Amino acid sequence: MNRSLMLPVGILLALAGLWEAGSRLSGLPDFILPPPSRILQVAVGNAPQLLPHAGITLVEILAGILLALAVAVPLAVVMFARPSLEKALAPFLVASQAIPVFALAPLLVIWLGYGLASKILMAAVIIFFPITVSLLEGFKSCDPSYRVLFNLMGAGFRQTLRRLYWPWALPYFFAGLRVGVSVATIGAVIGEWIGAQQGLGYLMIQSNARLKTDWVFAAILWLSMMGLALWHAVGWLERHCLAWKNFSDKPFRGGTNR
Amino acid sequence: MLVIEGITKTFQDRPVVDDFSLTVPENGFTVLIGPSGCGKSTLFDLLMGAQPMETGRIRWRDEAVPDLRLLAAYMQQSDLLLPWLGLADNACLPADIAGVPGDRSRQRIRRLFERLGLGGFESHLPAMVSGGMRQRCALARTLMFERDLVLLDEPLSALDAITRRNLQQMLRLLKTDFGQTILMVTHDIDEALLLADELLVLTPLPMRICDRIAIEVPQPRRTEDSRLVAIKHRVLAMLQEEGGQP
Repeated sequence: MNRSLMLPVGILLALAGLWEAGSRLSGLPDFILPPPSRILQVAVGNAPQLLPHAGITLVEILAGILLALAVAVPLAVVMFARPSLEKALAPFLVASQAIPVFALAPLLVIWLGYGLASKILMAAVIIFFPITVSLLEGFKSCDPSYRVLFNLMGAGFRQTLRRLYWPWALPYFFAGLRVGVSVATIGAVIGEWIGAQQGLGYLMIQSNARLKTDWVFAAILWLSMMGLALWHAVGWLERHCLAWKNFSDKPFRGGTNR
Repeated sequence: MLVIEGITKTFQDRPVVDDFSLTVPENGFTVLIGPSGCGKSTLFDLLMGAQPMETGRIRWRDEAVPDLRLLAAYMQQSDLLLPWLGLADNACLPADIAGVPGDRSRQRIRRLFERLGLGGFESHLPAMVSGGMRQRCALARTLMFERDLVLLDEPLSALDAITRRNLQQMLRLLKTDFGQTILMVTHDIDEALLLADELLVLTPLPMRICDRIAIEVPQPRRTEDSRLVAIKHRVLAMLQEEGGQP
């Protein structure tokens, strides 16, 4: 096994072992604290019932990410290009994050209905902020000497954006996207709690009402797996897009010194 | 010919550049040498329009221009290569931005890279090559501006002595092979003596020209040449008299 994976897997197994032992020795009924073995059994054994719900939640999250990107990227570009606009919009951006998503969820369900749209919007509301802020910071961090160089080359804003600002800000963008995808599940699940007929959030609420706590945990397990998969997908994309950083992070050690 | 007349710039009521005038002949290699912090880089900022000048006029080939931003190529101490682009793509940036067809600029850059000893390194990222090679790539990019006037702001000062010596000869190519008019600032007297047709010695703040020396020693030059040694003593004495160290 990959050495970097050994530690987290070890911690997970140790915690699961403690939980299993605690659950069995305490004699607590399964509807209060089911042992991990039972949760795993439900999560894997009932995969045919769980997977369609997980699929719906995944669609909501992915669509939420796309919607957030469609808003965050142009917004960051516009705010960078027009600092006066950044000043004007900053209070609204901060306020959008100060409002708890729980407060927004019922309103969005009223406005957009019980379908996917309200959940997608919930996820997007949570994700777009870290992406916008990170990307904007990335644009602003560009070394002024490079800006002067592009200015001397006669490059307009669009050319400078494409050839300088955007690649420069990519590491910041991916940092924001990583944060975004890791919290995206929150938006989708809250939306499903408030009003839905499918999805892991809906399944959790239904199972909770029937005291099927093992099913609630199984849904959480699937959600966690989805969050991890998205995190690693972004990591893979980041490594692919920022392959040049592997060289830049290492100092030159000779070999082609002429 | 580049003519600069009466440029003035003040920072916090302190004159940095005061009524500064200068003429650089067509295809000339003029070097400004002065103590650190005398305002050399400020002068270049003013010429390139990065800072507004308070008074002064610039004329290039008998035409008045507000600044040299779109007329001159500019090479600085830092190579300013984009770390995500290969060397050839970095060098081709000015041509790409100007809308020159890619195949034409790539053909030109191949020839230039061969000339500058970068052949075979076209696709290498800047982090994969040495500081000297990066600076040669920056020189190739300067040439790709395809402008007849070049401003060099201590372009070799970050390099080690040997790499620097090699690149000094390449800077001469700008004049001899590409017919460009060059205005360079440096604080390295030997470098100035090896490269310049005309050497202008600057005073500390406010910056003004305190000596103008035409160097008529033929190329290639050696720093041990007795005529250059004599000029070096003269420049050092002048700088000492003015109270600055190069």
